[in-house]
Amino acid sequence: MKILVTAKRVTDPDMKIKIKEDGSGIDLSSMSFKVNPFDEIAIEEALRIRKDKGGEVVVVGIGSDKAQTEIRYGLSMGADRGIHVQVDGYMDSEVIAQILKSIVEKEQPDLVFLGKQAVDDDNNQVAQLLAEYLGWGQACFASKIEVNESKAIVEREVDGGIEIMEIDLPGIVSADLRLNEPRYPALPAIMKAKKKELQTLKPGDLGVDITPKVIVKRMAEPAQRKGGRMVADVPELVRLLKEEAKVI
Amino acid sequence: MSSVLIVVEHNKQKLKMATLKALTFARQAAKKLNTQLNLLVIGHEVEAVAKQLQPYGANTIYLVEDPAYKNYTAETWGHVTAEVAKQCDAVLIGINTGTTGRDLMPRVAAKLNAGMVTDLIDFDGDLFVREMWAGNARAFIEVTTPITVASIQGTAFGVAEPGGTESSITRLEIPVPKTKTRFLEIRETKSDRPDPTEARVVVSGGRGMKGPENFKLIEDLTDLFNGAVGASRAAVDSGWISNDLQVGQTGKTVAPDLYIAAGISGAIQHLAGMKNSKVIVAINKDEEAPIFQVSDYGLVADLFKVVPELTEALRKEI
Ligand SMILES: Cc1cc2nc3c(=O)[nH]c(=O)nc-3n(C[C@H](O)[C@H](O)[C@H](O)COP(=O)(O)OP(=O)(O)OC[C@H]3O[C@@H](n4cnc5c(N)ncnc54)[C@H](O)[C@@H]3O)c2cc1C
Ligand SMILES: Nc1ncnc2c1ncn2[C@@H]1O[C@H](COP(=O)(O)O)[C@@H](O)[C@H]1O
Repeated sequence: MKILVTAKRVTDPDMKIKIKEDGSGIDLSSMSFKVNPFDEIAIEEALRIRKDKGGEVVVVGIGSDKAQTEIRYGLSMGADRGIHVQVDGYMDSEVIAQILKSIVEKEQPDLVFLGKQAVDDDNNQVAQLLAEYLGWGQACFASKIEVNESKAIVEREVDGGIEIMEIDLPGIVSADLRLNEPRYPALPAIMKAKKKELQTLKPGDLGVDITPKVIVKRMAEPAQRKGGRMVADVPELVRLLKEEAKVI
Repeated sequence: MSSVLIVVEHNKQKLKMATLKALTFARQAAKKLNTQLNLLVIGHEVEAVAKQLQPYGANTIYLVEDPAYKNYTAETWGHVTAEVAKQCDAVLIGINTGTTGRDLMPRVAAKLNAGMVTDLIDFDGDLFVREMWAGNARAFIEVTTPITVASIQGTAFGVAEPGGTESSITRLEIPVPKTKTRFLEIRETKSDRPDPTEARVVVSGGRGMKGPENFKLIEDLTDLFNGAVGASRAAVDSGWISNDLQVGQTGKTVAPDLYIAAGISGAIQHLAGMKNSKVIVAINKDEEAPIFQVSDYGLVADLFKVVPELTEALRKEI
C-alpha cells in the first residue's frame, strides 16, 4: 500500500501571534514553527498502516525552503521519502489542493492522509477540495480507520456523535484529534532521516497555476475581552450574576 | 436573476436552529448583493422541513428528495448543491458551519470553480470577514471568483424571525450520482440537553473534572437553565465525554449568554471556541490559570466544593 501524507509548516500553536502594525499579516519574525498537529496525526496513522500492510509512506510539504524542516520531521517519524514543492509567499487552500492533485497523479497512491485543518489559517478545505478534483471519495475528521484491500471503514467525528462510513480506495482521509497519539522521533531516527530522499519540485514542473482565488487583504486584532475580575465566594458570584450581569 | 443559496441543515425532519442563523446572514447578503434568496432542502421525506421554512420570506425553497439522499454524504449532497446552484444562478452559496458544512462546502466550491470562505462572521458586500489563528486574527478576505462558497459561523448572527412573503416550494429531480463512499451508520450521542451552539447557558468541564462520573456535577448545574454541557479537548481525549461536545478552535464555537468553565486552564485553542460568550465564569484552583484573563468572574477554588454549592445557591434564585 502506498500512502501519501501532507506536512504543513505552521506557527507553534501554543505561541501567541502578533499582527503587523500595518495589518498586512502576522509578524512571523519571533515565532517558532512546527508541523501542523493534525498532520502529525495523519503521518502517524500512515506509518501504522504501513506496519500492518507494508508499502511506502511519502510526505509532501508545500512552501518555502524552510518547509523542508517539517518534511524531515515526517521522515524522522518514519516516513520513507519526501517531496517538497517550493513556493514562496501566500497560497490559498485551492492552490495547495491543485498542487497535491498533480502529485497524486504522478505518485498514484492508494490512500492520501491529510490533517483536517491547518491550525494557522483554520481553513479546513484542502482534503475535500483534493477529493473533488480527483473525483475520489473523502472521509474527513477520522477518529478510526480500518483498511482492507480496496476499501476502508472510517469512523468520523461529527456533530451528533460518530458516523461510520465506507470509502473506496484510492481515497482521501483527513485526521481528527482522536485518531492516534503521534510518536516522538528518537535521535537515531532523526539522524537517519537526514539521509532519506527529499525531492524538490516547482509548481511550474507540475503545470499548476498558483494564483490564489481567496486573498487575505488585511488583518486586525479581534475585540479583546476585559477579564480578570475575581470573586471571593459563591454567594458573591451569585449576587453579581443576578444584579450586575443579569444572566439569571 | 442571481441569488444567494442556503443549504438547509436538518435532523430527524426538524430544522437545525443554526440554519436560521445562516438565514440572517443570507438576508443581509442578498440585500447587499441585490439578489434573490433561495433555500435548498436535501434529504428523504423532508417536505416538513421545507414547510417550516416557508414563512421566512425566501424567493424559492428547492426540495430535492430521494431515499439515497437520506443520509448525508459529501459526494451526493455536493452534487445536488452544485446542480441547484447552477439552476438558480447562485453567486453566494452558504451553509451554517458544523461538521456537515465543513465537509460539504469545499466540494461544492471545487465543482463550481469558486473560492471558499470558512466560517465567515461578516460581509460588507465586498470583503468577507473571518477569524484565523485560533481566533487571534480577524482576516478581511477578497474572493476573486464570480461565485463564492462559504460556511457561516452562527455565533455571529441572530436567529432569523419569520418575515416577508410566504415562499413557494419547488421540487427538483436530481439523479443520484455514482459515489465512492457509503454511509453505514451513526452512533448518536444520546442526550436530552440542547447542543452547546444553541443553548443560552453552557457549562463546560475540563481535565480538572478528574473522571466521567464527575460530569454529573456539570449536568446538575446546567440543567437548572436547560443548558448544554461542553468540554475541553483534554476531557474528550480522556473519553469522559462525547467528541461533539468539545468547545474550541477545532471543536465547536459557542457564544451563550453565560459560559461557565470548571477545571479548564484556558489554552488558546479552548478560548477560540468560547471567548465571544456574553458572560464568562471560570472556576479553577490555580489562580494563574489563563482562563481568568478572559473571565468576567473568576473564582479560585476547588470545583468539587464550589460547583455543587453554586448549583444549590442558583436553585434558590431561579
Ligand atoms: C491541534 C490542537 C487542537 C486543539 N483543539 C482544542 C479544542 O478545540 N478545544 C480545547 O479545549 N482544546 C484544544 N486543544 C488542547 C489545548 O491546547 C489544551 O491542551 C486543552 O484545552 C487543555 O484542557 P484542560 O484545560 O481541560 O486541561 P488542563 O490544561 O490540564 O487544565 C486543567 C485545569 O483544571 C484545574 N483543576 C484541576 N483540578 C481542579 C479542581 N479540583 N478544582 C478546580 N480546578 C481544578 C487546573 O488548575 C488546570 O488549570 C487543542 C490542541 C491542539 C494541539
Ligand atoms: N502548504 C501545505 N503543505 C502541505 N500540506 C498542506 C499545506 N497546506 C495545507 N495542507 C494540508 O491540508 C490540510 C488542511 O489544510 P487547510 O484546508 O488549509 O486547513 C492540512 O492539515 C495539511 O495536511
